[in-house]
Amino acid sequence: MDNAVSSPDLALREVLDAVLALGTARLAALGTDSPLFGAIPELDSMAIATLFGAIEERFDLFLDDDAISAETLETYGTLLDFVRAQCGC
Amino acid sequence: MLATTMRELDARGIDSFLPDLPGTNESLQSFSAQSLHGWRTAMALAARHFAANRVLALRGGALVFPNTLPGWVLEPVMGATLLRRMLRTRVLASREAGRHEDSATLLAQGREEGIELAGYYLGPALVAGLESARPLDEGQREIRMTELGGSALWLRAEPGEDAAQSVRLAQIVAEEFDA
Repeated sequence: MDNAVSSPDLALREVLDAVLALGTARLAALGTDSPLFGAIPELDSMAIATLFGAIEERFDLFLDDDAISAETLETYGTLLDFVRAQCGC
Repeated sequence: MLATTMRELDARGIDSFLPDLPGTNESLQSFSAQSLHGWRTAMALAARHFAANRVLALRGGALVFPNTLPGWVLEPVMGATLLRRMLRTRVLASREAGRHEDSATLLAQGREEGIELAGYYLGPALVAGLESARPLDEGQREIRMTELGGSALWLRAEPGEDAAQSVRLAQIVAEEFDA
């Protein structure tokens, strides 16, 4: 959890990889404009709940269900911005 | 993951068994009648039946395992964390279907009359139990995912396998068995 603050980008990539098993190549190709919701078939409600649970654990956060929206998950960049804003890191 | 670990333990001369919780898999009991207390009793009975002398608990297993035995717990988790994740899954699934639900209301309903979460019907006793349950480990050695390498398989959206992790887990157990 300690290195989450030093590199939220890296930490978020690790969490995404743990949930979605993206693999090294897809993970490296992930940019701020890369679409998430609607673009990754594995990202169903169960996976989204797991993803946000894992984000909470990794960044030591407590997120409101209402914060989990299609807008938050639109791209990797919107998700990273959201996580940064939540943890102030 | 655990089946591979058990085969690896067998190869190292350690017998193991993986009991089904009452109400799950081949159990004839109804899931909705279960409680953490009942599961703890059942796990203690199973340990006695098989004359187990060590125990390995994984994640939520740490809420119900026989903690009088020496052994290991892998990334133990609080009951409230599991419950919250299941509630959130339902809230998100409902939202996709155009229904509004919120975790707090669902939790209140679960405490009163039980609730269906992740395809399981949880009775009020199980909901109440999970809400307050903490891992029971008492002197067992806590194993973290970083010791196994790779990422946690229970986070995977699609079921995954990682033989190296299973082997490493068996190695740890075998190496520390008499420690």
